[in-house]
Amino acid sequence: MKPLESVNDFVIRFANVNGSGSASANNLFAKAVFRMGVPVSPKNIFPSNIQGLPTWYEVRVNEHGYLGRRGDVDMVVAVNGQTLRQDYDGLVPGGYFIHDCSKPLPETFQRDDVVVIGIPMTQLCNQTFDNPRMRPLLKNIIYVGALASLLEMELQVLIESLNKQFRKNPKLAAPNIQALNLGYQYAREHFAGACKLSMRRSDRVGEAIIIDGNAATALGALYGGATVVGWYPITPSTSVIEAFGLYAEKFRMEADTGRIKAAIVQAEDELGAIGIVIGASWNGARAFTATSGPGISLMAEFLGLAYFAEIPVVLVNVQRTGPSTGMPTRTQQSDLLACAYASHGDTKQVLLFPCDPRECFEMTADAFDLAERLQSPVIVMSDLDLGMNDHQSPPLHWDAARRYDRGKVLDAAQLEALTTEWGRYLDIDGDGICYRTYPGTHPTKGSYFTRGTSHNEYSGYTEDSAAYVHNMERLQLKWETAKGLVPLPITKIRDPQAQVGAIFYGTTTHSAYEAIGRLHGLGVAINSLRIRSFPFQQEVMDFIAQHELVLVIEQNRDGQLRTLLINEGNLQPEKLLAITSFDGLPVASRFLSRVLDAALQERGLLPPTAASGQGGAQ
Amino acid sequence: MTFTRPTFRHPELAPNAAGFHRRDYEGLISTLCAGCGHDSISNAIIQACFELALPPHRIAKMSGIGCSSKSPAYFLGKSHGFNSVHGRMPSIATGANMANRDLIYLGVSGDGDTASIGMGQFIHAVRRNLHMLYIVMNNGCYGLTKGQYSATADKGSKSKKGPANLLESIDLCELAIQLGAGFVGRSFSGDKQQLVPMIKAGLSHGGLAFIDVISPCVTFNNNPESTKSYHWVREHSEATNTFDFVPFRQTITTEYPEEVTETVTLHDNSIIHLHKHPLGPDITDRRQAIDTLEDHKAQEMILTGVLYVNPESLDTHEILNTTARPLNSLTEVDLCPGIGALEEINAGHR
Repeated sequence: MKPLESVNDFVIRFANVNGSGSASANNLFAKAVFRMGVPVSPKNIFPSNIQGLPTWYEVRVNEHGYLGRRGDVDMVVAVNGQTLRQDYDGLVPGGYFIHDCSKPLPETFQRDDVVVIGIPMTQLCNQTFDNPRMRPLLKNIIYVGALASLLEMELQVLIESLNKQFRKNPKLAAPNIQALNLGYQYAREHFAGACKLSMRRSDRVGEAIIIDGNAATALGALYGGATVVGWYPITPSTSVIEAFGLYAEKFRMEADTGRIKAAIVQAEDELGAIGIVIGASWNGARAFTATSGPGISLMAEFLGLAYFAEIPVVLVNVQRTGPSTGMPTRTQQSDLLACAYASHGDTKQVLLFPCDPRECFEMTADAFDLAERLQSPVIVMSDLDLGMNDHQSPPLHWDAARRYDRGKVLDAAQLEALTTEWGRYLDIDGDGICYRTYPGTHPTKGSYFTRGTSHNEYSGYTEDSAAYVHNMERLQLKWETAKGLVPLPITKIRDPQAQVGAIFYGTTTHSAYEAIGRLHGLGVAINSLRIRSFPFQQEVMDFIAQHELVLVIEQNRDGQLRTLLINEGNLQPEKLLAITSFDGLPVASRFLSRVLDAALQERGLLPPTAASGQGGAQ
Repeated sequence: MTFTRPTFRHPELAPNAAGFHRRDYEGLISTLCAGCGHDSISNAIIQACFELALPPHRIAKMSGIGCSSKSPAYFLGKSHGFNSVHGRMPSIATGANMANRDLIYLGVSGDGDTASIGMGQFIHAVRRNLHMLYIVMNNGCYGLTKGQYSATADKGSKSKKGPANLLESIDLCELAIQLGAGFVGRSFSGDKQQLVPMIKAGLSHGGLAFIDVISPCVTFNNNPESTKSYHWVREHSEATNTFDFVPFRQTITTEYPEEVTETVTLHDNSIIHLHKHPLGPDITDRRQAIDTLEDHKAQEMILTGVLYVNPESLDTHEILNTTARPLNSLTEVDLCPGIGALEEINAGHR
């Protein structure tokens, strides 16, 4: 057995007990990798539980900047007795098994193809620290110290991180640093040179930040001018609202009154949450809500009202594993169809697909402009992986000259200046978008009755078939207008002659680029198109037309984007091949590589020499 | 049925204090059944708003779905209206109120809209004490779907269709009192004398004002065996009190007789003078208010009047500590923290 060898390229999995304070230690480790200038991608794989069940934290360290989940584990820090066997068995050959040897490993642990490193974490901790409440937390820091030694990390970076973390409570920094040194010294004395995985300072991080998508989404709403929030708690979207609340207290407090320039209303359910958004938007405030799959189902009725009565809505859907309650703490991209055609009757909703925190920020801010310009719901399609995990991302950017686009809204002076009768649903400009007014604008002009029943151009109730059809066709025209407003896809042409193209979106992006990049190294060119919005623009259909085979890569069972493309583009189904990963974990690049290889081989598109190289770190 | 409203008004009809005539508060011709109680309530709303001299465009009318929810089309034609989806008026009203706390919010709903499909929304709007007047036009049945019992139909009551309602009824006023509404009243669409001042007082209350108006459905639920019929209500109702409502800043010219036993000052300094039996319940006491309702129910009597008032309750904006300025009036200057702050945020994530 040859132990895995690698510099700045490996995957470590921490196996912990939920609620044992491991998150802080594991974050400390990931942040230290980042602060050494090495790209890092941490993934929390956690249960729907507050305390006691197994939880894992998987950190990918990758010099090349591949930020998708890789799959396979090169080193495991196994400190959860419940999963010790599973963690041991799951390690790749040549991998490293780090455990708390205060208690010996069971005799049945007899693999000869892994390196076992025992650190007496509990013993060291109990010998050194008296406070029984601090011990479990410091025990976690001890394994971080041991890792620092085994991986040749800069101890000073970790010490500085701890000082930064405890700058408001320096008394806590000292025992943490002591625990770090304990682990470091023990590993140095007993396992010097045992680990062939190592880290070296690099410069591959640049200006990047590390932030979770939900915080970036909240900042997008803050910068985008959201003032009213209706919401109902649901994993994994809750932290969007919590972050918005914290930022609002910091950045939206009136200095003279101490009052907040935002109203965050926790509703009784998701029906109430989106109702609040619709009421507020109707009344001229920028409003949003965040939810996940079950909430989307409940909101569907109201989404139809907003579509038909033409009221802006910004809805953030942090998708999780469905159907039903499904796996509420696992990720998926499985609400595409439910959102794209949300509600009864002929409805279509605008969707945006961010792939990293920076896009969460930008697209959420843009969603307010789009929703008000289009007078229609806009759904930001995030997911649990993007929303709840920390991601390395380009810094958030805001243009100082940017002004909010409030769309077509008439104020009192404009109403006064009208020479013809105003109609709420009268299409003056020929783009399907009409002019609206806020309640209370003018004493005698511009009032109207908003309704979900069918209406004529002057918002009067009508059951006249011709008026109904006219209105529905205008909404279709507005849909066409939307295509010119939503973000364009990102196309990467590796070879203009390539027969195969790949389409993906959101968090699938990183692993997809990596798998395609690997194939390129083997001489197989696949062009790619990353979808960023729905409705699809002509660019999307052109890309599909230019290739003989298009792989549609996504994280759901049924190939929902593929279905949507076939339907919207009136495409031949055979041309689009569904490549799916839907086990609830962020799609792994190694998994994709295997599946792509098989798909290409089957069609004779892969040279026989280019078999996928799997295994541990290379 | 009339399809047009005569445009002639007597030239000497006096305008109100704000210079508006009564016709400025009217709406479209009603399409409800002739004799529907809801139309009387619409008229009472028109009269109350006229007498209070409210600028029509500063009122937002909100409703759900059903006969009652159609009625906002028939009053306040110069106000914005929002006929939303079934049972969801309270959340729409909540959002609208959050966006602009300076407008007056008048929600109209029915017993099906509020006590069944919208129960969750109703009780939570009450809990958050949203500043609005919430009127339920209560006829004990579903009119638009042809007469099924609603959740406020009394146990044992019989509609025109025949079989008695065997389910317990929900008393929306009791719920509203229990859940913290600061103004709760019950009236009858046939009692304009009581209803108009009650709506005026409700519109002047600083939090959620709830008025349950029994409003007979002449088509499906107005037979003598129905406890929501004109006949039954006239025979079985008892007013807890009579009262005068004195809006803030209006000169008080009336001399009140000695039996005025209670005066309640609302948040905007309007005053309710109650005329009641000296031993009658204290309407600022929640427990007494609920007991009195239950006592009357035991005697098969419908208690009407102002049932409960708590002028001190904090409304949603006060609870949330939101700015005194309407949120919908704020711009980039107020809302966007700018690029300097974003640089700091970025730096904090490295």
